[in-house]
This record gives sequence, structure tokens and C-alpha cells, in this order.
Amino acid sequence: MTTAAIHVSDLHKSFGKNEVLKGIDFHVDPGQVVCVIGPSGSGKSTLLRCVNRLEEPSSGQILVEGIDITDPETDLDDVRTRIGMVFQQFNLFPHMTVLQNLCIAQRTVKRRSKKQAIEIARANLEKVGLAEKESAYPAHLSGGQQQRVAIARALSMDPDMMLFDEPTSALDPELVGDVLEIMKQLAAEGMTMMVVTHEMGFAREVGDKLVFMDGGVIVEEGDPRVVLADPKHERTKAFLAKVL
Amino acid sequence: MKRSTKRRLRQGGLYAVLAAIVVLLALAVDWANVRANFWADGLGSNWHDLIVTGVKNTAIYTIIAFALGLALALLLALMKLSDVVAYRWIATAYIELFRGLPALITILFMAFAVPIAFQWRPPGGTAGAGVVGLVLVAGAYMAETLRAGLQAVPKGQAEAARSLGMGPAHTLIHIIIPQAFRIIIPPLTNEFVLLIKDTSLLSIVGAAVGQRELTNVTRDFLSSGDTAGTATSLMQAALLYLIITLPLTRLVAWLEKRQQRAR
Ligand SMILES: Nc1ncnc2c1ncn2[C@@H]1O[C@H](COP(=O)(O)OP(=O)(O)OP(=O)(O)O)[C@@H](O)[C@H]1O
Ligand SMILES: [Mg+2]
Repeated sequence: MTTAAIHVSDLHKSFGKNEVLKGIDFHVDPGQVVCVIGPSGSGKSTLLRCVNRLEEPSSGQILVEGIDITDPETDLDDVRTRIGMVFQQFNLFPHMTVLQNLCIAQRTVKRRSKKQAIEIARANLEKVGLAEKESAYPAHLSGGQQQRVAIARALSMDPDMMLFDEPTSALDPELVGDVLEIMKQLAAEGMTMMVVTHEMGFAREVGDKLVFMDGGVIVEEGDPRVVLADPKHERTKAFLAKVL
Repeated sequence: MKRSTKRRLRQGGLYAVLAAIVVLLALAVDWANVRANFWADGLGSNWHDLIVTGVKNTAIYTIIAFALGLALALLLALMKLSDVVAYRWIATAYIELFRGLPALITILFMAFAVPIAFQWRPPGGTAGAGVVGLVLVAGAYMAETLRAGLQAVPKGQAEAARSLGMGPAHTLIHIIIPQAFRIIIPPLTNEFVLLIKDTSLLSIVGAAVGQRELTNVTRDFLSSGDTAGTATSLMQAALLYLIITLPLTRLVAWLEKRQQRAR
């Protein structure tokens, strides 16, 4: 049996008195694309952010490639270099050019030479179709271009897996396609991915597993084609009726 | 009468009052006396020492106090944002103390009390000690500005850096601090102008001739030289201060406007 890329067991997370995650169990296998859907406030982002410890779990265990990231002894920065993350708001560094955005972590964390970092950065920009934008500042790019740069920035650290938190929700409708296209391509290359999304088409076409969350628990999970076409739980049915 | 005509009449009246006051003042003042007091020698003397010694030292003290004050302020701001309660406490106490005291009191402490009490003399004699006082005060004021700047950087910036595996120090140095500084350039420039003017407080503690800043050199000329006994050197100093500070305050106004437009 291979180790799961991400293995979450009995995960709880509270903000003060507000319990947001109420016992989550699930796993992502290497190469799998897992899509997470659910109503606003159900805890999707919190779950994703717990996986790279941007949020600290209240209790439970999270294994990333077999390493317990809730263990205080674990070197979090090292684990994080193996987990790329893409945010809804892109979060590019506005004071740096596109190329610098892609190089800064390579240089400071991976200690790559300038030449090597630039080489890797250019290869990834090529991949997201923005090779000619390397000296632009983020403010001069469209939302879709910024998100593609953000993906290239994460990829430049050679991560084993990628977390996406509603990567297309802040985009104008006509720019969504470009970003989804790159994510599809990544999936086809065998990248392990965990994607919080409202794009049911993407989940159906690319996802290996669909997870429906509501009220801090996983209500239903399974093959996206099955869950989307024939949901078992009332809450899943009600949610899908609203968004489809 | 039309409303616009009324308004023009009222404005005309106000201008007439203003003109009358100016004329009366001009007639009441003994211009020869003013001239002898403020413009002796047609402002021709003193410039060399005022500029080569005074302005030069004012510039040096301002730049040293600003640079060291900024470093101190960064330390205090980071302490104030620290998880460690004791650090937050110390920073807060420091900032409150030195913002609560008149700068002159701090300067006098550093120049006279501290060297005796602690048997320690800052480099540069009394002038150096005074500059240390300015650093302590400037650090306290700029700490609050810097803290606000650091907190104004969106949380997502640190999260993005950390998610790439960057540690807290690298995140701070490469991502947070450069953006914070951009935000606070206008208020920092303001602090710089305040500091230029505060260096004149150093004239109180006395300094060797070559170390005197502009106000101190000016005071020498009140009692010695060709314009002794007149306020001529004060006029000259005022002009020199304005030549330095006015462009800077205009620059701040311009920077603030540009930042607002960028939003
Ligand atoms: N830092 C925080 N402090 C306090 N409460 C928080 C924090 N982050 C999230 N929450 C709360 O946790 C709950 C779940 O938030 P979360 O962002 O995980 O939901 P979500 O499923 O991602 O929703 P959305 O679709 O709107 O992004 C919400 O009620 C939110 O108010
Ligand atoms: Mg969310």
C-alpha cells in the first residue's frame, strides 16, 4: 500500500467558541484530484488551510506524505515547500516583477542559484502561457493572468501536491477558462490536487473524488460523476439543486 | 440685485478691508529700524559659516538621527507586534515614555545627566550626546508609524510567502517590510522634516565650534561678527530652514496625493 499524499483523521478546528470543523476524515492518494464543494461558511477553506498549517488544527491528525504536520517537532517550512497553494485573491507580491515573484522562494528557501531559479521560473511561465510577461508587475496583469502567475509561482518550488482555494471565483467569467485549462493540464500530468471550487464542470471532468461539506462535516463523498448525477443525501441534493 | 452681483460686492468689501489693514501696518512700521534689525548689510554677511558649518552639521545630525531612529523604530514596531507579552510591554512603555517627554528634556538628560550617572560618554561630545537624545525620541515616534505600516500589508501576503515555505524572517525581510515602507513613505518624510527642525534643540547643549548646527551658529552671530546685536542671522537661518523643509513638505503632499490616486 502506498502512503496517502494527504491523510486527515478526526480533524477539529474552532475559532474561539465557533467550531468550524467537526471531525473530518478523508484522504487524497498520490496523483488524485479531489474536489471539495459546499455552501459558504461550511469550512472548505479552513480545511484546506489546515493541510498546510496556515490554520492550526484544534485536534486531530494530518499526515502529509506520512509526516505528521500537527507534531510540534515537524519542520513546517520544509513540508510547505512540498505543498503548493493557490489563493482566491492570487496574493502575488505587488512590489516584485513576475519573474521575481517566481524566484524569491526558490532563492531563499531552496537556495537555488540565480541562474537556476530564473531557468525554472521561465519554464513554468512558459507552461502557463505567460513567458512574455516576466518583467511585468502584477498590477499590470489581468486577474486571469495573475492567477496563472500564482500557479507558476507555486510550481516553481517543485511541489508534490497543489491546494487550490476557489482559484477562479475572483475572475471575470471570460477569464475562468484559461485558469481551468492549466489546472486540467496539471491534473493530466499526474499532479496530486485538492481543489475547493464551484466549477462543477471541472469537478465532473477532472476530479477523481468529490467531497461535499456542510456545517463543518463531510456529508457525502465519492466519484464526482456519481455524486453529481445521483446524490444520496438530502443536503447534497438541496445544494446541487441550487448551484447546477 | 442679482445674487452673483451681491457676492462680488461682498468679496470686494473683504478685499478692501484687507488692503486697508496692510496699508495701515506699512505706515505704522518704522521700516528703517526693521531693516537695520533684520536685514543688516543687506543680508550679505554670515552666509559662509551658516551654510558650511551650520547647514552641513544640521544635515549630518538629521541623517544620523533619522537612520538610527528608523532602525530603533523597526525594532520597537516588531516588538510591539510580537507574540511575547514582555516584548510588547517594553516597546509600549518605551514609546509612551519618549513621546510623553519634551524632546529637549531627553536631549538634556543625554547630554548632562547620563554621562555623569553612568560614566559613559556618547561619541562626538555633547553634540553626539544630543543626537543620541534625538535618536531615542525619533525612534519612539517612527515606531508607531512603522507598526501601522506593517499592519497595513494584507494578511494574504504573509500567507502566500509562508505557503511557499519561506520562514518568518525571510517573509518579513522580503515581503512585508518592503511593502510596509512603501505605504509609510509620506509619514516618514514628515518625521524627517520634524527631525530637521528638532536638531535646532541641540543648540542648547553647546558644542565645539566646528560641530555646531544651524541654530547654534546663528546664535553666535547674534552677539558677534558684522551683524552682532541685530536679528539678521535669525532671518538668514529662517530662510535656510525653509529652503530645506518647504520642498520636502511639498513632496509629502505630492506623494500622499499620488498614493490616494493609486487606490
Ligand atoms: N480567522 C478566522 N477567525 C474566525 N472565524 C473564522 C476565521 N476563518 C474562518 N472563520 C469562520 O469559519 C467558518 C468557515 O469559514 P471558511 O472560510 O472555511 O468557509 P468556506 O467553506 O471556505 O466558505 P466560502 O465558500 O465562503 O469561502 C465561517 O463561519 C467563518 O466565519
Ligand atoms: Mg473559502
